[in-house]
Amino acid sequence: MTTAHHHDPLYKDTPLILSVSGVNKAFDGFKAINDLNFYLEEGELRTIIGPNGAGKSTFMDIITGRTVPDSGTVTFHGKDGHDINLAKMREFEINRLGIGRKFQTPSVYKSHTVYDNLVLSLNHARGVFKTLFYRESAEDKERIMEVLKTIRLEARVNDLAGMLSHGQKQWLEIGMLLAQDPSILLIDEPAAGMSDEETERTGELLLSLEKKHSLIVIEHDMEFIRQIARKVTVLHQGHVLKEGTFDKVKSDPGVIEVYLGRQGKKSETN
Amino acid sequence: MLSTENKKEIGIFCIVTGLLMLIPMLNAWGPETGTLAVSSFQVSLWGKYLTYAILAMSLNLLWGYTGLLCLCQSLFFALGAYMMGMYLMLMIGDRGAYGSMLPDFMVFLGYQDLPIHWKPFYSFWFTAGAVMWVPGLVALIFGFLAFRSRIKGVYFSILTQALTYACCLLFFRNDFTFGGNNGFTDFKDILGHSLNDPSTTRWLYISSVLLLLATYLITSGLLASKFGKVQQAIRDSENRVLFSGYSTTSFKLVIFGLSAMIAGAAGALYVPQVGGINPSAMEAAKSLEVVVWVAVGGRGTKWGPVIGAILVNLLKSFTTQAFPDYWLIIMGGLFVFVVLMMPDGIVGVYKQAKNKIAQKRSLQTEATV
Repeated sequence: MTTAHHHDPLYKDTPLILSVSGVNKAFDGFKAINDLNFYLEEGELRTIIGPNGAGKSTFMDIITGRTVPDSGTVTFHGKDGHDINLAKMREFEINRLGIGRKFQTPSVYKSHTVYDNLVLSLNHARGVFKTLFYRESAEDKERIMEVLKTIRLEARVNDLAGMLSHGQKQWLEIGMLLAQDPSILLIDEPAAGMSDEETERTGELLLSLEKKHSLIVIEHDMEFIRQIARKVTVLHQGHVLKEGTFDKVKSDPGVIEVYLGRQGKKSETN
Repeated sequence: MLSTENKKEIGIFCIVTGLLMLIPMLNAWGPETGTLAVSSFQVSLWGKYLTYAILAMSLNLLWGYTGLLCLCQSLFFALGAYMMGMYLMLMIGDRGAYGSMLPDFMVFLGYQDLPIHWKPFYSFWFTAGAVMWVPGLVALIFGFLAFRSRIKGVYFSILTQALTYACCLLFFRNDFTFGGNNGFTDFKDILGHSLNDPSTTRWLYISSVLLLLATYLITSGLLASKFGKVQQAIRDSENRVLFSGYSTTSFKLVIFGLSAMIAGAAGALYVPQVGGINPSAMEAAKSLEVVVWVAVGGRGTKWGPVIGAILVNLLKSFTTQAFPDYWLIIMGGLFVFVVLMMPDGIVGVYKQAKNKIAQKRSLQTEATV
């Protein structure tokens, strides 16, 4: 197996929005991310899979500024043609560039209404003084209504977010990301804990966002991945093991070995 | 048009103002004896309770609405009190025990001149500013270091407690120029008015009412704005706020600074009404008491801290006379009881009861169906 950093970008001919190259990150000697190279095309929906401990969440932490990589570059290719190095920026600054992140466990503001959750997610008036003197504009209202429609929570607009079901909270959080109108959405296990019907609706929602936004989705649920998968990246020990269509990846012996094989072992011990 | 919610709030605000103003009015024009008689001592006592109530409101802004449990709120209060105390000490002039222009403790410790940082405190207006900016500055510096290093939750609480403990030890030192363990006392007058004069007592009380109302209005104003929504969002899910493009550090710093300023202003009104300040006001236990007031009244409610501070202190006055040895045990028990049985405090009891009744009803209807 050749090391990935000798590879050229995978999507050389198409406009990239995010390039992660040669990134390493160790925690107390444990290499969570090991020479990782990853390129995301504009408008692409990418699914990332990998066994537990493959470095999926650390990967998202690095893109969003939560974790600073030991080496390597993380570059956001802005719409105006400027390249921006994300490695040294703070979380809220990276977010303001248009990179939104949804956490694994739904994080919504439970003592605010659904509406206010979305107001707080709009991508302007986010400084201390601006929030003090913020007045809601008709445009903002329209934008929020549009998002509510997309996430199908119009009927719950005035309810407290804490009253929503688990699945609805997940949608609300996706809605909160959409309200930011981000270029890139990073979504960590959106279908976790959802019913089959909710999972399917979540899949439809994500598919409807492709092209307008670039998406990176981390998932475990194979049924769900089958529904949404375009290009799939398999992470293993902090490194890209394989990239390709779902079918290609699924039938790759290396992937079966590390991913399914390990799951098989797990179920044996259980 | 005002919503019914707003009308209700304005109504409560007016009633509270009216009730609070009864005390100085009865003192000035009321009967000398009987149940309606209010002595100057009682005016000062209630004035002290009001400064405690403001202190509780300042903690509520941090703990109740932003989720930051600060265990050094009494430090900010005491710093404000010390600043005002410096002014009051200088106003004694040569009427001290040693007949010197220097404060008594300085003569006693052999000072020849007034330390340079004491000199601006001859000015009342400089003092009025310092009672807020000194605690505010301490909060900003400490907050900057803590929030920048991502210190959260219980670690933040422990650090604030360490801060107040360290300051307490510092103020206990005689060579720190703040009177050591005796602190400041024997004040004579403020702005040229004798502190023994009943009208001065009334004015100090009225100033406390005004500060309390102003604090209420500031809190309400903040909560009604998007800033207040961000504050509560930080309490519920700080990561989400951070990843929505807000610098949560800046928000927390502003709240922390504001809260310290309010606490300092309350402390400045406390000193002339109580007649002294010493480092024991900075002891860690003092800040914990404030936490109990807020929890008892209702954390994250607008009037809860006021109710909690006044009721707990009334109880303390009563208990320390009737059963002087048991106050700490009673306060601890009260705190445990509130945490277990009334998570939203006294203010929340009504809501809790309403929910319970509603639950019972729905159960009954289910049973009959």
